Amino acid sequence: MASAMPQDLKSSRALAPAGCFQESCQRVQSSVVGFGWVRINIVYCWGSLSSSYRKGREPVEFFRSVNVDWLRLKWYFLGFSLIFSISGLVSMAVHMHTIGSPVPLGVDFQGGTQVQVRFAQTPDINKIRTATAAAGIKDAKIQAIHDVDQSSGNDVLIALPEQQDESALDAGRAQIVSALNSGYSENPFTVRNVQVVGPTVGHQLEKQALLATLYSLLGMLIYLWFRFQLIYGVAAVVACFHDTLITVGAFALTGQEVSLTVIAAILTLVGYSMNDTIVVFDRIRENLLLSRRESLPDVVNRSINQTLSRTVLTSGLTFLTVLSLYIFGGEVLRGFSFALVVGIIIGTYSSIAVAAPMLVAWQEWRGKSGKATVLPAAKRARS
Amino acid sequence: MNKNLKNKIILIVAVLLVCIYGIIGIPSGFSGKALTAAMGKRIHLGLDLQGGAHLILQVVVVEAVNAETDDTVANIKKDLASASLTAVADKPDPAKPTVIRVGGIGAGKISDVTSLLDSKYSNEYDVSTAADNTLQMTMKPSVEKALEQKTVQQAISAIRDRVDALGVSEPQIQEYGLGDNQILVDLPGVENEQQIESIIQGTNRLEIHPVVGGPYASEQEAATGQGGSIPVDDEVKSFSGVVEAGTPAGSFYVLERAPVVAGNDFRSADPGTNPNTGQREVDFTLTNEAGDKFYDYTSKNVGKSMAVVMNDHIREVANIQSAIRDRGEITGAFSPDEVAALSKLLRTGALPASLKQLEKRFVGASLGADSIRQGVTAAIVGVLVVMVFMLIYYRGSGVNADIALVFNLVILLGVLGFWEGATLTLPGIAGVILTIGMGVDSNVLIFERIREEMRSGKSPSAAVEQGFAHAWTTIFDTHVTTIVSAAILFIFGSGPVRGFATTLTIGLAANLFTAVFVSRVIFDWHVNHLKTGELVSI
Repeated sequence: MASAMPQDLKSSRALAPAGCFQESCQRVQSSVVGFGWVRINIVYCWGSLSSSYRKGREPVEFFRSVNVDWLRLKWYFLGFSLIFSISGLVSMAVHMHTIGSPVPLGVDFQGGTQVQVRFAQTPDINKIRTATAAAGIKDAKIQAIHDVDQSSGNDVLIALPEQQDESALDAGRAQIVSALNSGYSENPFTVRNVQVVGPTVGHQLEKQALLATLYSLLGMLIYLWFRFQLIYGVAAVVACFHDTLITVGAFALTGQEVSLTVIAAILTLVGYSMNDTIVVFDRIRENLLLSRRESLPDVVNRSINQTLSRTVLTSGLTFLTVLSLYIFGGEVLRGFSFALVVGIIIGTYSSIAVAAPMLVAWQEWRGKSGKATVLPAAKRARS
Repeated sequence: MNKNLKNKIILIVAVLLVCIYGIIGIPSGFSGKALTAAMGKRIHLGLDLQGGAHLILQVVVVEAVNAETDDTVANIKKDLASASLTAVADKPDPAKPTVIRVGGIGAGKISDVTSLLDSKYSNEYDVSTAADNTLQMTMKPSVEKALEQKTVQQAISAIRDRVDALGVSEPQIQEYGLGDNQILVDLPGVENEQQIESIIQGTNRLEIHPVVGGPYASEQEAATGQGGSIPVDDEVKSFSGVVEAGTPAGSFYVLERAPVVAGNDFRSADPGTNPNTGQREVDFTLTNEAGDKFYDYTSKNVGKSMAVVMNDHIREVANIQSAIRDRGEITGAFSPDEVAALSKLLRTGALPASLKQLEKRFVGASLGADSIRQGVTAAIVGVLVVMVFMLIYYRGSGVNADIALVFNLVILLGVLGFWEGATLTLPGIAGVILTIGMGVDSNVLIFERIREEMRSGKSPSAAVEQGFAHAWTTIFDTHVTTIVSAAILFIFGSGPVRGFATTLTIGLAANLFTAVFVSRVIFDWHVNHLKTGELVSI
């Protein structure tokens, strides 16, 4: 069987693959400006799909031979991360000052009443405002909702702040309905959605969300400690923290509300980022076992390069599905899908830019302080 | 090898059929509409997709505790009287409903009183001596807890009765774990918010109290009428019923605090007509136990008055003309609707304590339908994008991946159809979409590895084997971590978020089966049918 290896596969061992089918092939070699030592060979093979299938030609393959020194880029990565983290933190501080919480909180955490109303004709927000004010409703937040398919073009969200006295809770909704009936009766409406959350439940939900996040991270740390070594776990958890911080910062920057489903999305992206990091770590562990002579930075670089194809592909595909959710999924899931859209990009980035360099940095630090410099592979060796 | 392969294929087809059954059961027809209807019957939709109401109610158990200790105070008085001991029993502190004080004990009688109380109440109360020749009885914490639990359970069954009267399909009423004495009520398909309010909020506590004095024109008059101030075991209530001609004007009565019969003592209530006056009335019957109590009370108090109290207002004051055992009427100028509503409320059980609404979410059916439409659109777009990409990038193996992907979805929906407790919510649909994205990761891992192995010169079957072997650890690790975070979401989340955790977990577990087992079978089958020298299309 070995002798039956076709020409194009043999040639792929070299850095410059030549076997592309003749009709329409473009070899693109790009040097990233300023980084002379980075050379990415990307081979695009265009051609009809059917001929590719039939004649068993070169497959479409991005990143077949990538050889980037990722660790050298770590300062740029650090800078990039810092910019986003700090701008997120600053935005959160500003929110803290103006509205009392680091990000705008949805009714789940803040408590209060939120009523979504659909009008027969395009609603006039000012008229609604006057109608509610006339009925004596204070601090009402009125907002029109927009959606991709024009079906909810006439929807308005009216929110009232939290009532300390729970028996007054439902009164809020009734008040809104009667205010609209009396003050804005020319535009008939139906109530589509009501959310009323009292302070008791609001606090419970906050606690739940916090506990869930903490337990999640702890669980990941323990699992990684078990499967790899502690430092791998710590590096992965730091990467996840980084992702969470930037994602929450994105909410602060764009002024979007954080609700329970958003917390669910953030926990999911923690899981996703962990996945991504594990793929790289698995490869590092495997390569460490195979070649004990290579230095750790080289092994890490090679592992990242080897998994780059898979990483970009999976992230790309997951990103596309989540993007589809963001665009088509409707306003109820808007916050959720936004968190995932941001989170997937950052989660992929952090595996390469945060977790891997941390491993190397830790080892270098141990080397400087005189301890053993070999990063041990996991306890269970796999051949 | 071939036989093994055949068995595996049979297994896969079997799983496929079982899951398809899970999704649509045995459909009545094969048109699009019939299939959707069949699916709707199998897969339970969450409230955010079906439309409906979700409530968290808190049972104000302190009311029930108060009622119980009020009852005890009344009983103590009776016991003291029958034992010819003088003492005064009351509840000194409204903030401590479990504490009863027995004071004013005659000289030298304290041991008698103590032994009397001990013999009758030591199961439920701790009797202790306090300063000034008084005794203090505190309800035991275990008894208090049991009482609170009983109250919550009674509230749950009362609400259930009321909801059944509404005709809601598949309501969910249960104790809510997150807080103390909280009840969760899920009412799918409720169209109108008003419906919920009128039933749940109407906590009609119906009680019959002995009348001590009245009618008085104001509360002050009532106080003076009782000798300066209202005694501690009495209370003043206002009268909101119909004033009959000839009775002195006034709208306040002084009643004994402890009712003779209350709440669950009423067994049934029906609209009726008074044979004498022709007026509408509510005919009620009491339970046997309550009937005995009532008979006891009414036979001893002929000629005195009793008040029918509903929600803290006196609805009617009646003269006791003879002993009543367990049948009675409530008369008044009722309209037909009022009498019907009142009967329904009484019949379906008055609540043992009032309910506070802590949280309410209501989704209209139109919003639910929109959400389904949007979610499904997003899912279809996502699936198509992934499938087309896999076809382009991995060619023949892309078909493999696509089959695995579709199979994954079929299994996911099938499990949802079979599992009664799993509901599909809007975040759940998002979970399905996420499963697609993350699930295809497994395929990518395996295929990339296979490509690598083939590039390093391995034969197709060896490459496939190595690809799967190497990728397996990574696939396992990544799935476990995501499932762990989904499990945590399930534990700490509620409703919609739980739906998300459920679909994500099922989807990923199914993915372990499809991306590894099913894909492998397809590869094996493909490799077996390769001509010599031909390579796997990947």
